[in-house]
Formats: sequence, structure tokens, C-alpha cells
Amino acid sequence: MFVEFLYELRDRGVKVGPQEAMSIAQALRLGLHKGTLDGFYETARALCVHREQDLDAFDRAFAHHFRGVPDEAIALTEELMEWLQQPKSRRELTELEQQLLQRMDLDQVRQQMRERLAQQRQRHDRGNRWVGTAGTSPHGSGGTNLAGIKVGDAPGGRGALEVAGERHFKDLRSDVTLDTRQIEVALRRLRAFVREGAEEELDIEGTIDKTARNAGELELKLRPPRRSNLRVLLLLDVGGSMDPHADVCERLFSAARRATHFKELRTLYFHNCIYGRVYERASLMRGIDVLHLLQDCDPSWRLIVVGDALMSPWELQSAGSRWSWTEDSGAPGIAWLAHLAQHFPHSAWLNPEREISWYGTAEIIRRVFPMYRLTQDGLLEAVHHLMRGGARR
Amino acid sequence: MEFRRFRGTDQYLTSSALESAVNCALALERPLLVRGEPGTGKTQLAEAIASGLGLRLIHWPVKSTTRAQDGLYVYDTVQRLYDSRFGEGDVKDIRRYIKYVPLGNAFAAPDRLVLLIDEIDKADLEFPNDLLHELDRMRFVVNETGDEIVARQRPVVVITSNAEKELPDAFLRRCVFHFIEFPDKELMARIVRVHHPDLERQLLDQAIKAFYAIRDTEGLRKRPSTSELIDWIAVLRRAGIASVELDAGTPFLGALLKREQDLIAFAEAANRGRRPRA
Ligand SMILES: Nc1ncnc2c1ncn2[C@@H]1O[C@H](COP(=O)(O)OP(=O)(O)OP(=O)(O)O)[C@@H](O)[C@H]1O
Ligand SMILES: [Mg+2]
Repeated sequence: MFVEFLYELRDRGVKVGPQEAMSIAQALRLGLHKGTLDGFYETARALCVHREQDLDAFDRAFAHHFRGVPDEAIALTEELMEWLQQPKSRRELTELEQQLLQRMDLDQVRQQMRERLAQQRQRHDRGNRWVGTAGTSPHGSGGTNLAGIKVGDAPGGRGALEVAGERHFKDLRSDVTLDTRQIEVALRRLRAFVREGAEEELDIEGTIDKTARNAGELELKLRPPRRSNLRVLLLLDVGGSMDPHADVCERLFSAARRATHFKELRTLYFHNCIYGRVYERASLMRGIDVLHLLQDCDPSWRLIVVGDALMSPWELQSAGSRWSWTEDSGAPGIAWLAHLAQHFPHSAWLNPEREISWYGTAEIIRRVFPMYRLTQDGLLEAVHHLMRGGARR
Repeated sequence: MEFRRFRGTDQYLTSSALESAVNCALALERPLLVRGEPGTGKTQLAEAIASGLGLRLIHWPVKSTTRAQDGLYVYDTVQRLYDSRFGEGDVKDIRRYIKYVPLGNAFAAPDRLVLLIDEIDKADLEFPNDLLHELDRMRFVVNETGDEIVARQRPVVVITSNAEKELPDAFLRRCVFHFIEFPDKELMARIVRVHHPDLERQLLDQAIKAFYAIRDTEGLRKRPSTSELIDWIAVLRRAGIASVELDAGTPFLGALLKREQDLIAFAEAANRGRRPRA
């Protein structure tokens, strides 16, 4: 029952595993759930959910599994502990957890829990829900749970659980999305330090040097602390074919905005291709002249363009586009792109689409901007390129 | 193993889920990570745990430059240089220039205490994992003197974070987690009562109604939180105001909306007559 619940949590994207199961087994043993289902809910939630985004998934899984299910804590703990004894689970436990597990003798645990629950029942009886009574469990200590997933199968045999476990872990590993933390880690490499501002850090080398020159009379030398002075311009393609990628763009945008090591970050938007203007809002409101932008942002800025580079060739080759044809932008899209690439020697284009679809307009744009995939690897490569002095022109 | 359960205090209201999370952290000796909007009582919770359990509290406010190492001790080289220059004190005794700071203090303390690591999200990305490492080891060596400090008891660790930044997985897995929801009107009334025990019912109801309506105003940069409400009511009372209506002329709005743009946004909303839902 409980193990199945853990798997359902994983299915719903809540990353739980033996560590969480171990914590819950400990918590149940200590009687933290006070012998009630409510208490169990609160305890399991505090230990399984690590970020608020997962709370809803937890609630749905919990309702699905436990609502109206009269169950008992002892059987659950047994089930958990047996599952934890499996080599597969054990491998995920830290050394400390393994030691704890070894120290938990099943008979003793059973005995302790019975006593504890009896005490608690006397102290504050919250109805007869969930108070452990040995022997009536649908899951015998032989260890099959309701869903028929075998727990504690004979050694050597491949229990259903083990198989299920394998499949699951593999899925998780091949799941290569670009999450916020990966973006943050990649962006962290995008920095350049200089010393500027108030002198508030002791320069030990300098102090020693000066003191020595000063015939041993102490002379302190202070210097400004190292600060990042990297400026980043982020141009995001929005709408249309970019809609399916809105999530990952949003994550990139918010990670960039939170990065504390950029001296300055400007984020502007465009649709499909850049003509005379880019926009402050994703709704393409508040246009800004690209030429003005280039006056504001000197060539030391790092330019990152995010887009699928998909458009009709006509949009790239002719001046202006259908949706903004009232605007007189003068030159064709490709000329604007080339102009940007010329101005910013450090620039990269991040494409959320797979390489396989980088043909047509994307092929042309690739000749103007070095193009990288918007995945963890691609982002790291792009950052590497942006930090390298030499950029192609 | 028995442990003292936490049940909130008369100064701090808890929910049963919050108590369970705190008690899990206490019993399993894990750090408690509390997230939630500003003003939902994350920092106060640590104080409540300390006073509820009768333990001393060490507050470690995290800054963007904080590193885990810096939490253990600092070696005041500059002071030592000065002293050697001006011949004050015994400069040979390095220990005089070693100062324990929050984490180091918590480890060095003879008794169990509550360590609040406040606003962990402000620090560098590596900070949480480094911190875990130090917390797990429960000991450290002062390099300058070779002294080893070994904690006698694991401190009760409370870590707060505004629900903004992602924290590393390994770190999250080690913590017991609780998300404090923004209080509903009823709980808010009880929280205000804690701070203003003798407040008139009418002013309480009106202020809370206005407060939630203002929070609903579109386009606010910073929505007012519990502390702002408590302050606003204090100001209203000091000015002898017994009743408030929500309109463009609501008194002391500056106590709720601290940013110029937000005051403007609210005034616009009020003028449009499209008053936000109360
Ligand atoms: N449950 C509560 N019981 C009593 N007072 C509360 C409660 N929640 C919040 N408060 C009050 O609200 C104010 C803000 O609380 P606190 O500073 O702890 O919030 P915070 O979550 O740490 O905010 P921030 O993220 O801005 O640091 C305090 O004055 C506190 O007393
Ligand atoms: Mg706080």
C-alpha cells in the first residue's frame, strides 16, 4: 500500500525514494503521526514533499490511496522496512540511513509501536481510525500488498517491484529537461570579475609589499572587492511556434533575472524575426528602436537570442513582416540580425527545437549567430562560447 | 527516544500541519525548511520554537555574499595587524582574534539551541550544499590554531526561504519541509489580535477587509503582508482612527504600500471606480 503510494508520487513528479521512505519509517516508529491518519498525512507530507510545487500532486496521490482506507500503521511500517531491505532501495540510502535501518529490528519495532499507540489512544482518543491492531492487516508479514506488487521477494528472483523500480529509475534518468537549477548553474559561468567601487577589502599582498617598502612600519592597503561586471542582453522570440516552448523560456528568463552576478540584464521581446524594433513586453508593447538599443548597449554586452528561427523565408528577406507592416523598418530581417551579430562580438542563439529541424530560415540564421540547443548541454556550450574572447563575426 | 513536542506559543499561532513538520524535524534531528510569501511568519516561527522549548536562539541572517565557511568563525587579521602595530594586547595569542559566528557558536554552545538560518535563498547557489556539509559534520577545525570544536548536541536548525529561488535537490531531500500559506481572513484576525489584543472589533474587521482588497489590486510590485497590516493598524490606532473605508482617501496607505508605483497603481484602480473585490 505505502510503497505503491510512493510510486504514485513519483509518477506525479514528486521525487521520492528510499530516503523518504526511511524517514517515514522512522517517524512512524517514533509515533509522530499520533496514530491517526491525519497525523500520518501531515508527517508524510513534511517528509516527502520538498517544494511547494509538489504539494498538489501529493494531495491528489494521498486522496487516491488513503481516503476511506482503514489501514494500520504497523503493517505500513513493516511493508516499508521490508521494501527498504531490498538491495535496490538500500543502494540509495546514505551510510547513516543504512546503519539506522540495520538497527531497526522488526519484532522490536512492532512491539514498540504497539505500546506507543496504546498509550496514545489513552491520552487523546481521536476515534478508532488508524490505530494499530496486529493481525488484521490485509498485508500479512509475508509481504504482498494490495496492488499485488510483491515486496520482499526471494533473493535472486526478480520481484515485480524490482522490475517496476528499474523501469522507473531509467525513465527518470533519461528525462533531460532543462530545469531552473540547471539553468542557474549554467548562467553562473557567465561572469567576468573586476575590482571597482569602494575600497573595502584588505589587500594582503599589497599590505606586505607596502609595509616592506616602508621599512617594516605597517601600512595597510585596501582595494575594492571583486564584482562581476558582465552585462547581458536577452532577446526572446514569443508567440506562434514558440508557444510550446513558453515554459522553458520563462524558466530561462526568471533564472537570468535572479542571477546576482550580472551587472545588468535587459530582456526584450520580438516575434519570429527582428526588424527595426524590439519590445519591452511579451505582448509586443512598448517598442524600442534597435538602433537606440545599440547605443545603450556597447559591444561588451553578451547577447543571447532565444528563438526557434522558424519563419517564412519572406519574413527574413523582406523589410518588415506581415504583422508589423505598418512599421517602416527599412532593412530586411536578416540584415537586422547581421547588424546585431556585428555589434555584439559575444553572441549566441539558443534554439528550443531539435537540430533536426534547423533547416530553412534556421540554416540562414545559423550562419549569422552560433546556434545552440536550449538544453542543459547546449546552454553550457553557449555560455562557454560567450565567455571565450574570440567570437565569430 | 523522547523529545519535547512543539505546540506553538501564545505569541505565535500554528496550524496542526506546521506543528507536525516542526515535530518531525525535532524528532528526526533534521533541518526544518520553511518557505512562504514574505510576512507569513517564517522568521517568527524560529523564535516561537525557541521560546516554546525554552532554548536559546541564534539568528544567522544570510546575505548574498555569505559562504558556509563564514558561518563558523572569522579570524580578525586586521585587528591583529593593528594591535601589533600599536602594541596593544597580546598579539601572540591568535585565539584572541578568532571569533565564532552563528554556526560556530551553535556548535560550540554547551546546550542545545535553535539556529535560525534566515533567507537562505539570498546566498550563492552553492551555499545550501556547503551548509549541509558543515551541519552534518557537526564539528570544525580552526585552521589558525588547530583547535577542533565538536558540537555536543545537534542544534535545532530552522531555515527560511522566500518562495522564489530553487534550492538544490540534495539539500531539499535532507530537510523537513513546510510551506506556510498566506493566512485566510479568519487566521489573520487572530494573528492581529496577538499583536493588538484590545483592538475594537469594528476596526479589526474593516482593516482586514481593506487589506485583502488592497492585496488584490492589479499590478502591485509588492503586495502588503502581515507585518504591514499589523503596522498599519498600529498607526491607525495611534492617530485615533476608529473606522476605515477603502477608497482613494484611505488613511496611512503608505504603511501598507511602500512603493511609490504601488500607491499610484492603487489610486488608479480606486479612481477607475473598479474597486478590487473585497
Ligand atoms: N502565525 C503567526 N502568529 C503570530 N504572528 C504572526 C504569525 N505569522 C506572522 N506573524 C507576524 O507577522 C509579522 C511578519 O512575520 P515574519 O517576520 O516572521 O515573516 P517572514 O515570513 O519571516 O517574512 P519575510 O519573508 O519578509 O522575512 C511578524 O510581526 C509576526 O509577528
Ligand atoms: Mg523573515
